[in-house]
Amino acid sequence: MNSILDIEHLRTHFKTDDGTVRAVDDVSFQVRQGEIVCIVGESGSGKSITAMSVMGLVEGPAGRVVGGNIRFDGEELLKLSRNELRTIRGNEIAMIFQEPMTSLNPVLKIGEQLMEPLIEHRKLNKKAARKRAIELINEVGISRAEQIADSYPHELSGGMLQRIMIAIAISCGPKLLIADEPTTALDVTIQAQILDMLRKFKEESNMSILLITHDLGVVAEMADYVVVMYAGKVVEEGEVVALFENPKHPYTQGLLKSKPIINQRQEELYSIPGQVPNPLELVPSCYFHERCAHCMEICKTTQPALKEVGNQQKVACWLYEEATANV
Amino acid sequence: MSTINGEATKAYLSKKSVHTSLWRQSLRRLLKNKLAVFGFVVVAFMFAACFIGPLFSPYTDNKINMAFMNKPPSLKHWLGTDVLGRDVLTRVLQAGRISLTVGLASMVLSVFIGSLLGIIAGYYRGIVDQVIMRIADLLLTIPSLPLLFIFGALLSEWKVPTDYRMYIVMLMLSIVGWPGLARMVRGQMLSLREREFMQAAIVLGLRDRRKLFNHLLPNLVPLLIVIATLNIGGAILSESVLSYFGLGVMAPTPTWGNMIDAANNMIDFQEHPWLWIPPGFSIFATVIAINIFGDGLRDVLDPKQKR
Ligand SMILES: Nc1ncnc2c1ncn2[C@@H]1O[C@H](COP(=O)(O)OP(=O)(O)O)[C@@H](O)[C@H]1O
Ligand SMILES: [Mg+2]
Repeated sequence: MNSILDIEHLRTHFKTDDGTVRAVDDVSFQVRQGEIVCIVGESGSGKSITAMSVMGLVEGPAGRVVGGNIRFDGEELLKLSRNELRTIRGNEIAMIFQEPMTSLNPVLKIGEQLMEPLIEHRKLNKKAARKRAIELINEVGISRAEQIADSYPHELSGGMLQRIMIAIAISCGPKLLIADEPTTALDVTIQAQILDMLRKFKEESNMSILLITHDLGVVAEMADYVVVMYAGKVVEEGEVVALFENPKHPYTQGLLKSKPIINQRQEELYSIPGQVPNPLELVPSCYFHERCAHCMEICKTTQPALKEVGNQQKVACWLYEEATANV
Repeated sequence: MSTINGEATKAYLSKKSVHTSLWRQSLRRLLKNKLAVFGFVVVAFMFAACFIGPLFSPYTDNKINMAFMNKPPSLKHWLGTDVLGRDVLTRVLQAGRISLTVGLASMVLSVFIGSLLGIIAGYYRGIVDQVIMRIADLLLTIPSLPLLFIFGALLSEWKVPTDYRMYIVMLMLSIVGWPGLARMVRGQMLSLREREFMQAAIVLGLRDRRKLFNHLLPNLVPLLIVIATLNIGGAILSESVLSYFGLGVMAPTPTWGNMIDAANNMIDFQEHPWLWIPPGFSIFATVIAINIFGDGLRDVLDPKQKR
């Protein structure tokens, strides 16, 4: 399978009054065609900023992509002009956000918002766009599509709005869909429906999905490949089954341990002690060392590199580099 | 695949009554505000009276009739006659046409200039923003009345024909009117562009034009309506002040402002109050009513702006 999205050594920094925030620091991974890649990690680990860097949404004086490559379908996104990027956004790469309630324009009708990318990228006229919009509303499982098309966002529930967001996202048949915590704001029952729908569209059109979540339940259900992020870095990645069966990094182990498992109720749900460190004050070290039960001397002074360990699994941890660790 | 069944959709929609557009909701809330409704009725009455009223008056030719000089109100002349024997009521209504037109037109012009520049400044930021807003700041630091006086004096100096003065006064009023407006619109733009739905619009790969006019402008409309309404009142007042001082629209074109000029004359002020009370009251009632209505609109459309 060829890769559709290829991120290499991506670094996105924010200049603040207190110093430079390395929100994404040397992140590399691939998304192959027809594959669902999940990025997991606690809040603040740089998942959203990674996605926004791909979309070219990190702009303005403070935040900037300061290094690396983002290749989409063989094309270097970071080198494209504003206009070239615009023709890819919404057309070949689509994105949905966490909050469907605020992601739609409150004063425009649902139908109008669905028609816009069709008119922009598919060059449909108003009539054809409207017809297609109605079809799309039906495709995401909402009946009375005509009526919904003439409604305003505040008239629909969160679950319905997220369906609409998906309809907008898939309207131009993108090769890659980036979904940033698409179900976090929704009820559990609706979550499952939305995830099912994403998977269904993926299978129908062979698009790839980059799914960002902090919920390992979602990962288990959706992912082909998992990228675990911590404090702006990838600490572990691998095939979903291998990673769930044999997590290598103490952080991944901790995440998996803190996930409730039915029939195995513990006295108290495990949680990783401590918090994600402030990305401002990071010195060369394994950023997880303060919270790690296996912390060694070297972890406090030198950063481990992401190394292949076994079948399609990579981890950045000194525990697996003992041969070289006695520096 | 899971489907939200028709019943659930229907229940959801009917619960909030189908297509309660934001406008209809706002209208309903506005109608509940009795004071605002009263303001609107007064404004509407003023407009209707000034634009339709003179059609029913037998005195619209403004014939000079020395036999009827300075007559007090009577059945024939409800508000009396002026120094040239013209019917004051007819004059007040005709003056209202001019005053209201000047107010409306200069509002439209300053809202157009102000919102265009405010939108551009807020959307593109950077150097464009700097240039536009510094010019606006400059105009805002000069109190507008002295500025208008200078303009007015220049007009008299250059002997601009009185027929044209009305249009130039409109232009002057919008020159002093747009900066405050541009600043408000820009502020709103800055906050709108950070909203998540604008990020979603970027992600859709929409052109700037589409983002500006389809996404941002409709969100600005409520604010624009409010400022525009309040702006009319201000413009009418400024025009009156200018014309009162003989620097705005000049006789023979009547405006409320140059009609109150009669109050300048001690004899007219004391002996012929029907000359200056009607235009004075018209200004007062119209401006107050517009402001009451505008405040009501603001409460409904733009609750965040409440001070
Ligand atoms: N505009 C910004 N200015 C400064 N720091 C930022 C900004 N946006 C995000 N960050 C920082 O970047 C880091 C990663 O954020 P984010 O990618 O949103 O995390 P998450 O994994 O929860 O999506 C956080 O530490 C956050 O504080
Ligand atoms: Mg996030």
